[in-house]
Amino acid sequence: MGRVGFFTDTSICIGCKACEVACKEWNAVPEDGLAFTGMSYDNTVTLGSDTWRHVAFVEQRRPLGNQEPGVGDMDFRWLMASDVCKHCTEAACLDVCPTGSLFRTEFGTVVVQQDICNGCGYCVPACPFGVIGKRESSGVAAKCTMCYDRLGDGQEPACAKTCPTDSIQFGDLDELRERAERRLEQVRAAGTASARLYGHDEGDGVGGMGAFFLLLDEPEVYGLPPDPVVTTRDLPSMWRHAGVAALALLAGVAATALPIWRRRG
Amino acid sequence: MTSQTDVRLDGSAELRTEREATPGSAGDRRERRRSPEAGPEKGPEKGPEKSYDSYYGRPVLNEPTWQEHDIAGYLFLGGLAGASSTLAAVAELTGRPRLARVGRVAALCALGGSFYSLIHDLGRPERFINMLRVFKVTSPMSVGTWILTAYGPQAVCAGAADLSGRLPRLGRAATVGAGLVGPAVATYTAALICDTAVPAWHEGFREMPFLFAGSAAAAAGGLGMLAAPLSEAGPARRVAMLGAAVECVAATRMERRLGPLAEPLKRSPLLRAGEALSLAGALAGVTVGRRSRIAAVAAGAALLAGSACTRFGIFRAGMESANDPKYTVQWQRRKLA
Amino acid sequence: MDMRWPLLRQLTGEDRSGRGAAVKSARTAALRARTATADRVVKSICPYCAVGCAQNVYVRDERVVQIEGDPDSPISRGRLCPKGAASLQLTTASDRRHKALHRPPGGADWQEIDLDTAMDMVADRVIATRRETWEWERDGKRTARTMGIASLGGATLDNEENYLIKKLLTALGVVQIENQARVCHSSSVVGLGTSFGRGGATTFMQDLQHSDCVVIQGSNFAEAHPVGFQWVMEAKARGAVIIHIDPRFTRTSALADLHVPIRAGSDVAFLGGIINHVLDNDLYFHEYVVNYTNAATVLREDYRDAEDLDGVFSGFDPETRIYDDETWQYEGMTVSPASGARDMDYERRVGKLPPGRCEMLGATGLPMDGTPQRDETLSHPRCVMQVLRRHFARYTPEMVERVCGVPPELFQRVCRHLTDNSGPDKTAEFVYAVGWTQHSDGAQFIRAASILQLLLGNLGRPGGGIQALRGHASIQGSSDVPTLFNLLPGYIPMPQAHEDLSLRKFLRADSPHKGCWANMSAYLVSLLKAWWGESAQPDNDFRFGYLPRLTGSHSTYDTVLAQLDGVCKGYFLLGENPAVGSANTRMQRLGMANLDWLVVRDLNLIESATWWKDGPEIETGELITEDIGTEVFFFPAASHTEKSGSFTNTNRLLQWHHQAVEPAGDARSDLWFMYHLGRIIREKLAGSADPMDAPVLELTWDYPLVGELSEPSAEAVLAEINGWGPDGRPLSGAGELKDDGSTVCGCWIYCGVHAGGVNRAARRKPHTEQDWIAAEWGWAWPANRRILYNRASARPDGSPWSERKKLVWWDADAGRWTGFDVPDIDVDKDPGFRPPEDAQGVAALSGTDPFVMQADGKGWLFAPSGVVDGPLPTHYEPQDSPVANPLYGRQRNPARKVYPHEDNRYQPSGEEPGASVYPYVVTTYRLTEHFTAGGMSRHTPYLAELQPEMFCEVSPELAAERGLVHGDWATIVTARNAIEARVMVTDRMPSLRLDGKVLHQIGLPFHYGPNGLARGDAANELSAIALDPNSHIQEVKALAADIRPGRRPRGPALPELVRSYQERAGIGAGTGTEA
Repeated sequence: MGRVGFFTDTSICIGCKACEVACKEWNAVPEDGLAFTGMSYDNTVTLGSDTWRHVAFVEQRRPLGNQEPGVGDMDFRWLMASDVCKHCTEAACLDVCPTGSLFRTEFGTVVVQQDICNGCGYCVPACPFGVIGKRESSGVAAKCTMCYDRLGDGQEPACAKTCPTDSIQFGDLDELRERAERRLEQVRAAGTASARLYGHDEGDGVGGMGAFFLLLDEPEVYGLPPDPVVTTRDLPSMWRHAGVAALALLAGVAATALPIWRRRG
Repeated sequence: MTSQTDVRLDGSAELRTEREATPGSAGDRRERRRSPEAGPEKGPEKGPEKSYDSYYGRPVLNEPTWQEHDIAGYLFLGGLAGASSTLAAVAELTGRPRLARVGRVAALCALGGSFYSLIHDLGRPERFINMLRVFKVTSPMSVGTWILTAYGPQAVCAGAADLSGRLPRLGRAATVGAGLVGPAVATYTAALICDTAVPAWHEGFREMPFLFAGSAAAAAGGLGMLAAPLSEAGPARRVAMLGAAVECVAATRMERRLGPLAEPLKRSPLLRAGEALSLAGALAGVTVGRRSRIAAVAAGAALLAGSACTRFGIFRAGMESANDPKYTVQWQRRKLA
Repeated sequence: MDMRWPLLRQLTGEDRSGRGAAVKSARTAALRARTATADRVVKSICPYCAVGCAQNVYVRDERVVQIEGDPDSPISRGRLCPKGAASLQLTTASDRRHKALHRPPGGADWQEIDLDTAMDMVADRVIATRRETWEWERDGKRTARTMGIASLGGATLDNEENYLIKKLLTALGVVQIENQARVCHSSSVVGLGTSFGRGGATTFMQDLQHSDCVVIQGSNFAEAHPVGFQWVMEAKARGAVIIHIDPRFTRTSALADLHVPIRAGSDVAFLGGIINHVLDNDLYFHEYVVNYTNAATVLREDYRDAEDLDGVFSGFDPETRIYDDETWQYEGMTVSPASGARDMDYERRVGKLPPGRCEMLGATGLPMDGTPQRDETLSHPRCVMQVLRRHFARYTPEMVERVCGVPPELFQRVCRHLTDNSGPDKTAEFVYAVGWTQHSDGAQFIRAASILQLLLGNLGRPGGGIQALRGHASIQGSSDVPTLFNLLPGYIPMPQAHEDLSLRKFLRADSPHKGCWANMSAYLVSLLKAWWGESAQPDNDFRFGYLPRLTGSHSTYDTVLAQLDGVCKGYFLLGENPAVGSANTRMQRLGMANLDWLVVRDLNLIESATWWKDGPEIETGELITEDIGTEVFFFPAASHTEKSGSFTNTNRLLQWHHQAVEPAGDARSDLWFMYHLGRIIREKLAGSADPMDAPVLELTWDYPLVGELSEPSAEAVLAEINGWGPDGRPLSGAGELKDDGSTVCGCWIYCGVHAGGVNRAARRKPHTEQDWIAAEWGWAWPANRRILYNRASARPDGSPWSERKKLVWWDADAGRWTGFDVPDIDVDKDPGFRPPEDAQGVAALSGTDPFVMQADGKGWLFAPSGVVDGPLPTHYEPQDSPVANPLYGRQRNPARKVYPHEDNRYQPSGEEPGASVYPYVVTTYRLTEHFTAGGMSRHTPYLAELQPEMFCEVSPELAAERGLVHGDWATIVTARNAIEARVMVTDRMPSLRLDGKVLHQIGLPFHYGPNGLARGDAANELSAIALDPNSHIQEVKALAADIRPGRRPRGPALPELVRSYQERAGIGAGTGTEA
């Protein structure tokens, strides 16, 4: 079974949030608060246990390619982007999970097993994207499963299926990466020089993302980390340091009881 | 670009593959007074937050769901338990029965507290046992679970045997066994918090284990001074001194190396208090603490408090660095540059 | 060893690190998609907007477990917007009601009531009120009706349900039957109908992909119709230019090439400017214009243009504010002969078209006789082309800037894109929605676009035309099978009250002798046979006398005043929420508070159902629950998954949705409600000798009942709508209809949808298995045609204008029209055919007349009749406007309909004293995340959380001027009411510069109300009842208001604030009402 993924082309996102709703309908994700945020049209705010797709809205006094915004005499563009779990090749949440609740599926995706998770919450600070969260109501971790149950029956994830403009594309990851390269050239050739791919490079800090993006500005503008690195890359070194420290502690304590001290005392 | 809007005879309503929509491509936008690079102009009352180095100033990371009193408390108690067991073993082997008893009992109590904290912090405590489903070297919490599985029974056995006065041989063996595993219990927690995306924790992974080891030693030594008679407390005083020193050195090195990331650490009153109490307690211990029982008690208490302050300080500094996007974004930008 | 312990699997298996297969739980291994384990998949259609996306409804154990897009649909291709995606929650998880409720007069709260009892009580109320208010005649003219009962709603219901509502209520003598089409798109029917002959969108969604330039104006396509917008993206992918002209930079603008901010309500000046540009530079499609439009037709000498009379055309009567359109006629061609019949005198007195009559054009053109004089050199000073040139001569780029606030440079760019992309091998398409319709001269907005598209030769051609985006699942259907006061099914006009009006006289007055209307007798007689069956015989005029008569306008807004006057006592609300969605919502509630009884049918407790206990007037103390004598019934409605029926989408496409499950509790379809209400009433009236009961008792009311709930068969109703011949076999087209009573047909334009007994609306051949027209998906009127007037896609000689834009052409060898779409002309009519002088009906049209519904077969640049406020669009300011009309001394549309009333005060405008009290322009609109008045979205958690609260959008400049703080509160005030909203300060709401002055606009979503999860004040508290005289649509897209920081006052202080503003502005009964 080959690895599948999402390619989210934000340049054709119309910010309709159908992905958010379709995701919640399929996965029965609870409603996530009824507060007016004033963050443009974004009242969802961030990904978490009760939001698995999040559409970001960014109003900028910057130009979008050759678009004539007609807004007075200033540049203006309105960026929209649907964020989701990256299903990292090297997934910190999966690595640190002590129960095996989080696991890598036959599709190369990362999924939480609701019946196993005991809510230790380790995965939450481990994720460099702030994707996964611990659900109040159930006490266990929750995040995008890329509709694991649907994939098993040969169906595409709910968000990708509903997306009116195909901004969210689902498929074989390698094929998507090629498509993204071609698409990037198109968008740049069409005048949007600020376009770039995010998460398609297997050489990045998480070994490439199973869900990657075509962005029109720096990642942080959308609330994404510019250069995330999976924390467990440093774990071997951490173990070494911890080991040395432990031995030092043992030796140190032992040393404090050596006879030499008695003679002095 | 060439137009493809002719009515096609192929019948298919599917999009031709050559191209997808490229919004804005045909707008031939007017030249602006300000160049695009000028970015946001300073104007009248703005709507949505216009700073572009974060998304409306929102954190990139999700805040850890760990409860401070549980997890920071466990960092302290775990360290105390581990180091106390080691101290107890050393005392046992060097003929300091009362210091050994103090260590065993302290470890037993701290271990109890640790288990309470760990389980209490779970979203589904009844599923605690799921920790034993797997053994994952990639997960400090999994490794820690198995360390505790090895350490726990021995520490309990040692403590129980001591208090009940039964099975002295077994108790002695368990004391030594717990003493050997103890340091692991005291330091794995450093890997536990460092193995996260929380900037102030992760980036400090080189010093954190030593900081924790030192803090644990200081606490154990402190407790020894506090509870053991002056005559047997010698090792406790020295352990405290050594621990406090290591803790301070590690903390200083870490703060220097982290640069801007160290802000939350430097700002932390708890950490400052922790260092002060540890050093004061240790010094008092090895000086007046040798003669005066009262001074020893005071010094011991100071060391325990100092260790606790340090652990809570580290915990809070981590939270702070997770909740401010600049520690995530700017740090990563620096590394990219 | 027990391998259930993952650790053992980890140590012994492949997955040594314990991060994969080894740790998989049994539950995980057993996971299945509920879409794969469903018992059955039921084909359905989305119940929200009118794009008509197909849905698959997954049912397990008789419960709906999932709803998602149907990939087979050629329109939606399996995609759904957030609302469509929330259908599952709408139908199964929102706070839907399943119990009938009753509120007795003066009652403090609801009481649950048994469904049958409630039905019986409602039947009694109807009978009693009908008896009490029955009116045999008025002013000596037979009316045979009751003005005591009204009904509102239908656009969210099935065609079959609309049919039963109209059939039963009409038989009961009720004339005040209205629905959302009145407040949304009635102007489209007039504007498109007069220009081209049919009132529907001229094209269909998928054809957008063939457009070289898509101009979206008066519509927020991407936000209000997201799934349809995929076809704009398809056009863009093929190299089209996307232009969005709108007061706000919206999610549509974000994806466009060019956004042009414009002052709300100034579009006629903008379009007029483009028309002037096209004429000035001779950029029009000459061969197309000469042959296919009435450009060459010569007008009468006594015609005077608005340019000559400073903003008013000849024939205006300042007293009645009504135009006599006699002087607008063609030279040598007159409207139906005035053979001295008093009928005609009546018509002459009130203008050719009595109120509401314009919408008969929804299906067919206007009655005319004779042969008009033409000058194909287009040089005759009185030919339409010359008149057009003179009329728009002053609509210069500079004038556009003064009126619309659009910089000339931007305006020029729109002109360039549009003209560069029109011609023989390029086509441009206009897309609009209620941004154009909801004005006091809304019909003229659409007329202006029609003129422009005719000049550019874009009508009837692929990638061209005018796309009207409608907002309810079946709002087109509820106009075709109308729950509208002025229409009978198929746009046959409701008869006005005249002395001894007979069927013959009625037909003579209204049916022309050329074009399709010539067969109106057949359509009407077949309809009467469908309603009164055996009782309808030639000797009794086929029971034409059973139809109640109109006396002027009975639109929903007239009904509100009738309620306040105590004339209208009973009110049905069928899936409509006027307490939030109609203009001047406060007046709507006060009207309902004056009723004897009110019946509300909806999915949940909308504001219109609960105003008597928690409405705004209760809070201000203007109403006291105990004193409200209105008896209120609430009936829970069935959702689209719980009934079968057809929706007609915005492109005239009928699509059938199948019932998936039985409705729970007391929830019932409106088909069930209307049928059984009729049944009970008929049982109660059985044996009555009272002539007023005859129409009810003789009504054909025998539909097969199915299921435990005795649901009438929707397909049987569709079969009646389609009609059958003497042998009882289903008719296959309107051509088979006879006026001798031998044929039965409930709606002639739908005749053919059930041809051969096959439900063609239910056809679902996947788009991947047919060409891009996808003719075998559903069924579109007329005759399953997807692009109207497509004969114009070929040259006069019948050959395509160009290879790349060919659609329908003349096959000389076969001697017939052929092509991708169903030709919109007699298939065997040779392009060279010229009709003899005395020809009648369709035969009177030549082979080069593409607009076959028009009496002259031409597209109307100039409307000699049909538009009651002028033959040409002219810029008038909105009813309330801070701007003085730069073009004419006439500030407002002189023929508009105003309703002076203490609760409906108008504001001073332009230079008038006091106008500065309301200095800002307000425009209202939809959000993607919500639906109309919120009944189907604000109660649905997944939608409510996306836009949880009412807000107003203002520019940074306005915020600075008024001290508004982003995220804080603001209060918006008009002469009607004041509301509060959270402040959204954004560059997307640009301030405009016109005439050197800065003009700020305020944006208000109109969805919100006090009930449900997403709450807020309703924007329509601010709007006034000021109507377009053609369509009776309210002006809610352009208002004038003031805005101030902070929340609005509570209690009596609120009306006090509104009054203080009125006083400061010196507002009185007469303000803003002058012609």
